[in-house]
Amino acid sequence: MMDIFIAVLSTIGALAILFASIGILRMPDFYLRLSVTVKAATMGVGVLVIAAAIVFLDAEVTAKVIATILFLLLTAPVSAHMIARTGYRSEIPIWKDTWIDDLHGKYKKDEGES
Amino acid sequence: MSLNLYFDYVIFPILTLSVILSFIRLYKGPDVADRVIALDLIITIGIGVVAAYSIRSGQALFLEAAMIFALIAFLGTIAFSFYLSKGKKQ
Repeated sequence: MMDIFIAVLSTIGALAILFASIGILRMPDFYLRLSVTVKAATMGVGVLVIAAAIVFLDAEVTAKVIATILFLLLTAPVSAHMIARTGYRSEIPIWKDTWIDDLHGKYKKDEGES
Repeated sequence: MSLNLYFDYVIFPILTLSVILSFIRLYKGPDVADRVIALDLIITIGIGVVAAYSIRSGQALFLEAAMIFALIAFLGTIAFSFYLSKGKKQ
C-alpha cells in the first residue's frame, strides 16, 4: 500500500519534470520557455522530495525536506523574475503571436510615450 | 513489481530523458538567457535525481546534497542575470 502511494507520487513528480523539459525544448520564445519551466519543474521536484520524506518517516529527514521545499519555493520566482527582467532589458525578441506586452515603451525611450 | 525495480525502469529513465532534452536546449539556445534557464532547469532536475536516488538506495544522507543544489541553482541564476545586465549597458 505504501509502495503504491510512493510510486504514484514519484511518477507525478517525474512526469511534471518531463513536461517542463519538453516545454523548454518546444516553446517558441524565451518568455514562454521561462514560464513553462519554472512552475512545472518546481512542482515536480517538490513532489519527489515529499515522496522521499514519506519513504523515510523520520523527523530529521522531514525537516530537511521542508527546508528544501521552502528554499525552492522562495528562490525559484525570484531567479525567474531576475532572468526575465534581464532578458527583456537586453531586447530578446518576443514571439510574433504574443499580443500583450505591458512593458512596451517602459524601458526603451524611442518607442511609446515613456 | 517491487519499488526498486519501478524506480530503475520508470523513474530514472524519465529523469534522464528530461536532462537530455534540457541539454539539447542548452546546446541550441539562440540567446545566452535561454542557456541560463536551461542550466537552471538541469540543476533543478538534479535535485529530483538526488531525491529519487535517496529513495532507491535507502540512505537519507543524500538529501543534504539536494539542499546544496537548490542553493547553488539560485546563486548561479542570480549571478548570470546580474552579469548579463551589467554587460549589456556598456
